[in-house]
Amino acid sequence: MDFSTLIQILDSTMRLATPLLLACLAGLFSERSGIFDIGLEAKMLISAFFSAAVAYDTGSVWLGLLAGIAASMVFAAIHGVASITFRGNQLISGVALNFLASGMTVLIAQNWFQQGGRTPSLLGKARFEPLTLPFADALSDVPVLGPIYSELLSGHSILVYVALLAVPATYWVLYRTRFGLRLRAVGENPAAVDTAGVSVIGLRYAAVAIAGLLCGIAGAYLATGLQAGFVKDMTAGRGYIALAALIFAKWRPWYALSACLLFGLLQALALRTDVVEAIFPFRMPVQLLDSLPYILTVVILAGFVGKAIPPRAGGQPYVKER
Amino acid sequence: MKDLAENSGQPPGAAPNAPPAIELRGISKAFGPVQANKDISLKVAKGAIHGIIGENGAGKSTLMSILYGFYKADRGEILINGKPTEIPDSQAAIAAGIGMVFQHFKLVENFTVLENVVLGAEEGALLRPTLAKARKHLTEIAEEYEMNVDPDALIEEIGVGQQQRVEILKSLYRHADILILDEPTGVLTPAEADHLFRILRGLRDEGKTIILITHKLREIMEVTDTVSVMRRGEMTATVKTAETSPEQLAELMVGRKVLLRVDKKPAQPGKTILKVEDLRVVDDDKVERLKGVSFEVRAGEILGIAGVSGNGQSELLEVLGGMMPATGRVEINGEAIDLTGKHSDGRSRRKRGIAHVPEDRQAEGLIMDFAAWENVAFGYQWDPAYNKGWLMDNAGIREDTAGKMERFDVRPPHAHLAAKSFSGGNQQKIVLAREIERNPDLLLVGQPTRGVDIGAIEFIHQRIIELRDAGKAILLVSVELDEIMGMSDRIAVMFDGRIMGERLPGETNEGELGLLMAGVTSGEGKA
Amino acid sequence: MMDVMPRWADVVLVPLISLILAFGISALVILGIGKDPVEAVKLMVTGAFGSTYGWGYTLFYATNFIFTGLAFAVASHASMFNIGSEGQATLGGLGVALVCLALPWPHWAIALPAAMIGGALFGAAWAFLPAWLQAKRGSHIVITTIMFNFIGAAVLNYMLVNVMRPEGSMDPASAKFPAGTNLPTLHDILAPFGIEFSSAAPANISFLIALLACFLVWLMLWRTRFGFELRAFGRSESAAVYAGISPAKIIIVAMLISGGLSGLMAINNVMGEAERLVLNSVEGAGFIGIAVALMGRNHPVGVALAAILFGFLYQGGAELALWMSIPRELIVVIQGLVILFTGALDNMVRMPIERVFLMMRRNAKAGE
Repeated sequence: MDFSTLIQILDSTMRLATPLLLACLAGLFSERSGIFDIGLEAKMLISAFFSAAVAYDTGSVWLGLLAGIAASMVFAAIHGVASITFRGNQLISGVALNFLASGMTVLIAQNWFQQGGRTPSLLGKARFEPLTLPFADALSDVPVLGPIYSELLSGHSILVYVALLAVPATYWVLYRTRFGLRLRAVGENPAAVDTAGVSVIGLRYAAVAIAGLLCGIAGAYLATGLQAGFVKDMTAGRGYIALAALIFAKWRPWYALSACLLFGLLQALALRTDVVEAIFPFRMPVQLLDSLPYILTVVILAGFVGKAIPPRAGGQPYVKER
Repeated sequence: MKDLAENSGQPPGAAPNAPPAIELRGISKAFGPVQANKDISLKVAKGAIHGIIGENGAGKSTLMSILYGFYKADRGEILINGKPTEIPDSQAAIAAGIGMVFQHFKLVENFTVLENVVLGAEEGALLRPTLAKARKHLTEIAEEYEMNVDPDALIEEIGVGQQQRVEILKSLYRHADILILDEPTGVLTPAEADHLFRILRGLRDEGKTIILITHKLREIMEVTDTVSVMRRGEMTATVKTAETSPEQLAELMVGRKVLLRVDKKPAQPGKTILKVEDLRVVDDDKVERLKGVSFEVRAGEILGIAGVSGNGQSELLEVLGGMMPATGRVEINGEAIDLTGKHSDGRSRRKRGIAHVPEDRQAEGLIMDFAAWENVAFGYQWDPAYNKGWLMDNAGIREDTAGKMERFDVRPPHAHLAAKSFSGGNQQKIVLAREIERNPDLLLVGQPTRGVDIGAIEFIHQRIIELRDAGKAILLVSVELDEIMGMSDRIAVMFDGRIMGERLPGETNEGELGLLMAGVTSGEGKA
Repeated sequence: MMDVMPRWADVVLVPLISLILAFGISALVILGIGKDPVEAVKLMVTGAFGSTYGWGYTLFYATNFIFTGLAFAVASHASMFNIGSEGQATLGGLGVALVCLALPWPHWAIALPAAMIGGALFGAAWAFLPAWLQAKRGSHIVITTIMFNFIGAAVLNYMLVNVMRPEGSMDPASAKFPAGTNLPTLHDILAPFGIEFSSAAPANISFLIALLACFLVWLMLWRTRFGFELRAFGRSESAAVYAGISPAKIIIVAMLISGGLSGLMAINNVMGEAERLVLNSVEGAGFIGIAVALMGRNHPVGVALAAILFGFLYQGGAELALWMSIPRELIVVIQGLVILFTGALDNMVRMPIERVFLMMRRNAKAGE
């Protein structure tokens, strides 16, 4: 494998890791506050559809992004009402939302566009264009570092950079702010937060809303950045891979970045069977490559590679007790 | 309500005409069909230590949770320093200068002491400046009240006594003038409790008002200025501590005269039933919980294990009951039992004639959602008497349950009711009926009367003594020293996974046992 | 503490109101896409129940859902949230296909028991590792079973593309099963009794086996020692340990039964209908099992009724797609709403009803 192929693969890793990373951080906020979220998939999917649909109708990808975020936040709100206000089962709520998103998107897409449950292809301003970082062209001839800067780092849509910046931002919020302290506390022992005079419900809604926001960006990126329009079930299990990455990262932001890049790399490799055949001396089934993120997560969960301890109050609705 | 002390407990330092620090008027609260508080009125003077005593379920904790904004009262009014105050949530309570130390601490285990103290009372949106300021403030408070804790220690790494200090510091950090403590001594040794009381007196002398909720008469007599008694959701009396006696308080609590002593004949010990040698347990966190425990229990005697909770008594019961593996040697009727292998579980123990009334009947002894009859078979579901071929004999079990409920006076006597529908005392009677009627050689009993009303306590004690008199061996674990003193024929005291010594109830006193419970061996020697 | 509501309210009233809410919103969705909900309901009812052909499809779908619903219910009673039915049923399909293709089976009556064993074994095997990891290493079963759904899909994909695809075929599917494995349809079964039943509908003898499975699951849960221990463990693990019930044994056996039931589904969809193994033959039935078990309150009778309800939705939904050009995804939406209201928003319905009962009781007391 030559250098330019490597750059190509890493470049596609960046793009494929972006939705995973955003969804993974969304899950991080939610689960750190004690709310399990297996509905990341749903929020991304509904956002993907609405961002594509609105971007197509208005011709503005930014309005599309806003619409996607709004749709994702509506789903987050339903999850919040079910699991925070009505103290329902968070897993069941997630399963329900995944169904709702999968069905609603196709239903509405068919109703609006009559193209078999997809949106028309997005063109021009209705998509996120690649950004060229400063001096990218000038530096492209520098050996090794040049291509890394101009091809790998430069030339992505703005949402890729948003996702990357979201990592230090998440770290900062979680460990350097009052909100972060309270958020981590509420996922460990909500009673401590409640008796300290802070609203458990408020914190958890805030966390769920942030998850909605991040999933909204992730979904918009899928439909308007990575691809040009919405197609049925286009999230293709990314919400679950993000969940796997979250466990892989043991609920920590920087580790989430590495986990998502790893899983993004696996996805990128699965698209390049020629490279895979060149790397491995034996025939590597593409199905094995596809399922590696899941297999790795099971290995992690089995505790053979360090133990993943989830937030202690995760998944349990808060009921006041003496 | 009979108010035996109208100007209840004006402490020496208080201004004569100052309004009470706390006044409750006509507080009522119902949970579904259960009336937890009925029309409660109470005045607590500023600068006093006020005790609230009552049986489990009398409504003490509910009342205080209302005061702390944890629950909303259905009716009634709260006045703080003479001012009507709405307390819809804990934040309002904190703002009104109220702090509360719950029975089960409300601390974030993997946070530091400092982070726990600051949580919810941060001074800015950023953490670093807040923590730096708080560190200084916390050190000052800790020094002022002699409550030293390491601000950077993780909660999960410090002892319960220290954790309790963190809870008190949390309240003081929030400038609490009124401090409520709910059953604070349950997890403390007598010495630690004494230290706590010294801290409380110090706080009172600074002008703070303290409410102490407890069911222990001794603590009330020792530390409070005034005391209120609650019974079945009602406030039955408020008196000056100096003008009352434990007997009077007990009578007010229960509503009739109570025998504070257990009535029993001297034991007639027979052959050794249980022999334990060098028992050791290491838990999942690699902490050694039992560090070489040895003792014997003979037929026809009760061996009481005293100690502050968390010193290995629970593990001892769990090992003997087959719930936890261990090393060492345990013999029943002269035959060793398997402590680690395939036959180390509750079922094989039961087959060897060991019955077990666990410490926590709600989490262990019963399946709360199961009907009473299912709970009677619980643990003995393999018994041929409860089975017909491949299937369980549900009708037979129901019949057996009806008999057990009658003989143990379980009320209401309905076998189909879920365990959770019974009161604490009746739940415990179901467990006891199941275990005692097995006619075991050895009965393991943990905290037999925790959360049980006094009427049922007498009944339960009687049944255990009857079993002893029938020539069975009984191992009793209890954190209630009174119960240990009253029931046991011999007393062993546990501290830090070891037995510190054995005493005869007639030849010891609470002081000596208290020292042993704190790890101090009698005489000149130190632990 | 007393139960606030009578049992019938808990078992019938609450799910009924949840269902009405879910259907009400579904009607709004139909209105929203510019169709007439009343007409849609009429079409669904006639499509699903108006002919033996409709019934044949309704019961065919219901058979799948009974198996996966029972699978979820059994695991639920042991407090295991088995979201992995989908993968277990996928592997069950593989097991059934391997059995059917292994021998030139002379008659279905011999092939069926063998296929049942194959399907159940493969389904159970796919549940085993998550169960073992939960029991021995505390790995969260929800996450591991989700992961195993994806891994299972990859395994099936690999098997169909690389191993089981007949030579020369481009289609990722196995060869047709031998004729001796073809199961009798309800048409074949009812004909001797003089009952005319559509021969085009796929409902087959598996439906009767599903009903039998309902009875056996009920017997197991409420009449055997193991069921007693399983339910006890599900309600309280600490109490189970006290009683000498091994948590590891319960978790693993309950999940094996659950996975086995999921795998058994394949005798219906793979052996009974497709008569060969194709990609994605489970079509989400594993997840619908969750909805079915929730609606049916984890009781086999409830599961059977809820499965027929969902069978109706599926068949009726197909008719909608055909005659009213409403996409089949409407069913997925209704399914999501049913899970949301009967499962996650249970308290939203329950709390007001409890309040009403409490008030009625108070008034009754005051009147005395």
